Amino acid sequence: MIRFLLKGLLRDKRRSLMPILIVAVGVSLSVFLHAYITGLMNDSIEMNAKLSFGHVKVVTKSFAENISQMPTDLALLETGALKEKLSQEFPDITWVERIQFGGLIDAPDENGETKSQGPALGIGVDLLSAPTGRGGEAERMGMAKSLVRGRLPEMKGEIVLSELFSQKLGVNPGDKITLIGSTMNGAMSYYNFILAGTLSFGVQVMDKGTIIADIEDVRLALDMEDAATEITGFFGSGYFSADLAADVKEKFLSNFPNPENDEYAPVMLSLKDQGSMGQFVDLSNTMGAIITFVFMLAMSLVLWNAGLLGGIRRYGEFGIRLAMGEEKNHVYRTLVYESVMIGIAGSVVGTTIGLFFAWLMQTYGLDLGDSMKGSSMMMPTIIRARITPVDFYIGFLPGIISTVIGAMLAGVGIYKRKTSQLFKELEA
Amino acid sequence: MENSAIIQINQLIKRFPMGKGEFTALKGINLNFGTGEFAGLIGPSGSGKTTLLNIIGSLDTPTKGEAVVLGKSISKLSAKESAKLRKESLGFIFQSYNLLQVHTVFENVEFPLLLLDYTTLERKKMVMDALEWVGLTDKVKSKPPQLSGGECQRVAIARAMVKKPSLVLADEPTANLDAANSHNILQTMLNLNRELKTTFIFATHDEKVIGYLKRKIFLKDGLVDQEEWMNQ
Ligand SMILES: Nc1ncnc2c1ncn2[C@@H]1O[C@H](COP(=O)(O)OP(=O)(O)OP(=O)(O)O)[C@@H](O)[C@H]1O
Ligand SMILES: [Mg+2]
Repeated sequence: MIRFLLKGLLRDKRRSLMPILIVAVGVSLSVFLHAYITGLMNDSIEMNAKLSFGHVKVVTKSFAENISQMPTDLALLETGALKEKLSQEFPDITWVERIQFGGLIDAPDENGETKSQGPALGIGVDLLSAPTGRGGEAERMGMAKSLVRGRLPEMKGEIVLSELFSQKLGVNPGDKITLIGSTMNGAMSYYNFILAGTLSFGVQVMDKGTIIADIEDVRLALDMEDAATEITGFFGSGYFSADLAADVKEKFLSNFPNPENDEYAPVMLSLKDQGSMGQFVDLSNTMGAIITFVFMLAMSLVLWNAGLLGGIRRYGEFGIRLAMGEEKNHVYRTLVYESVMIGIAGSVVGTTIGLFFAWLMQTYGLDLGDSMKGSSMMMPTIIRARITPVDFYIGFLPGIISTVIGAMLAGVGIYKRKTSQLFKELEA
Repeated sequence: MENSAIIQINQLIKRFPMGKGEFTALKGINLNFGTGEFAGLIGPSGSGKTTLLNIIGSLDTPTKGEAVVLGKSISKLSAKESAKLRKESLGFIFQSYNLLQVHTVFENVEFPLLLLDYTTLERKKMVMDALEWVGLTDKVKSKPPQLSGGECQRVAIARAMVKKPSLVLADEPTANLDAANSHNILQTMLNLNRELKTTFIFATHDEKVIGYLKRKIFLKDGLVDQEEWMNQ
C-alpha cells in the first residue's frame, strides 16, 4: 500500500512536483528573508561597533556622561597599563586604545594662507604599530576596502580624510593640512599632517567629516601622552552578543570598583548603552522574529490553498479508493502523510535555494548607496545577508505546518461528502 | 428467481435536498436479487438507476425503507462496516472507467487486493488471472492514458472481478464504447457470471446491454415500472 501511494505521488507531477515547488518558493523566500534581515541588522550593528562603539568600551565616568561632546579633557590616563590589565582580565576580547575628538581641518594654499576649512570628526587609532594586516585597526575599520584615492598612512604625520570631506576642502593626497584642536588641558593646538589618502565608508555620517590618523600623532597633537578617550573591546566571535556584554560588564564592575564615585574612574559601556544602539539591537532581534512569523502566516495561507486545491482535485481518486473498500480514515491519513512528505521535500528544496541566494547576498552584497543618501544613522550602504544556524531549519516550520494544515482541511471534504458525491466531482 | 436472495429491497425511498425543498429520486422500490443473476436496471435518464445502484453498493444510504445486501442492512452500517462490505464482497464498474491515471494496468487491478490480506505472490497471480479473463495480459505495464476506451473498461472489469466478489455493480459500462467493444466486454462479463457465479447488476439504457440481460427491471420516475425475465 505504501509503495502504491509513493508511486502515485512520484508519478503524478501535479500531486508532487507542483506542491513541492510551491512550498519550495515559499520556504526559500522565508529563509532568504530571514538571512537578509539578520544580515541587514547585524551589518549595521557591527559597522557601528567597529567604527565607533565597540562591543564594549571603557571610558572615564565623566566622559561617559558627556560622551556626545567627545570631551578629550575627560580622557582616560595611563591607558597603556589599563589596557594591559583589561587584556589579562578579558583575554577573549581584543582591546584597543582610541581617541575620538573634534577639531578643525585647515587646508593652506601655496602661500600658506588658508584655502579652505571644515569641522572634522577625528578618530585616532593604532595604524602604525599594529600590523596593518589581519587584526589591526585599519583592517577592523575596513580602511583598505574604503580607500578611494592615495594610500593608508604608513608613517608618522600621515592622515586620511573621507573622500567627501577632501573634495569639500579641495585637497589631494600629498597635500599638507593642519589640524586645529584643543589639548587635554584646554589650550589651542596646531598639528600638521600630510594627506595620505581618502576613504569612502558608505556610511553617511562617517563620510561627512571624518579624519583618521595614527593614535600617536593624535596624542602629540592634543597633548595626550599615554591617554585615550576610550579603550574599546571587540568580542572574539566577531559579533555582538548582548548576553556576553552583560557578563563582561558585571565582571568589570567587580574588578574595577569605584566606591568613591571618582569622576575619572574607568567605567564600562556596552554597545547597547551607546547612542540608539540599544533600541536597534533589541529591534533587530524582534524584527527577525516578527518578519518570520508574518511570513509564515502568509505562506500558510498560500500553501493551505494549494493543499486545498490539490485535495479537491483528487476527490475522484478518493471516491474510487473508497468504493474499493478503503476506509475514510485511511484515505485521510494517507493524504496527511503525503503532505508531510511534500512539506519536507519542499522545505529541503526551498531551504537549499533560499540559502543559496542568501549565500550570494552574503558574499557579494547589494549596493543601496544611492537610496540611503542623507541617512543620519550609521547604516551600511552595501546590504549583505547573514546566514545563521536558524536559517537551516526556520523554513521547515511554515513549509511543513502549512502544507499539512492545507491537506487536513482539504481532506475534511472526504468526511463531509457522501462517497457517491465524490464520484460526481470526478465525472464532472 | 435463482437460488437464495443476496439483495432484498423493501419500500426503499431516497430523497435529495434540493433548493429549499427535497427531491424524491426513489419513491418506494421493492426488489430482490438472487445469487448469480445477470440483471439490469433500465430506464430513461433521471429515473433513479444510479441512485439505486449507489445504495446497493453502500456508497449512499436510503432515506426510508431498507436495502439488505449480503445480509447487511445498508442504513445500519457504520462507515467502517460499509467499507468492509465493499472491500470484501462488491465490485464496481463505472461509465467513465474511473481508473487511476498514474498507475499501470497491473497496479489498478491490484489495488482492491492491497486492501485485503494477500501476499505479493498471491496478488500477482490473481491480477494476471483477471487480466487473462479480459484479454489484457500484454498491457500489464501500460497506463490508462495509453489505452483505448474498450481496453480501459476491460481493465475496470478486471479490477472489479479480481477479488472474485459476490456482487458486481456496473453503471452504464458501455456508454463510452463502440458496438464491437460493447459486445466484447458484455461477453466477458457473461462468461465470468457463468464461471464464477458472480451476480451482476447493471444500470443502463443501452440496447446492446439490454440484449444480454437475463432479467430486465424497468424504472420510471423512481419506481419499478415492469420486469421481464429471459429464458436461458
Ligand atoms: N446528489 C443529488 N442531489 C440532488 N438530486 C440528485 C442527486 N443525485 C441524483 N439526483 C436526482 O435524482 C434523480 C435520479 O438520478 P440518477 O442519477 O439516479 O438517474 P439515472 O437514472 O442514473 O440517470 P442517467 O441515465 O442520466 O444516469 C435525478 O433527477 C437526479 O437529478
Ligand atoms: Mg446514472
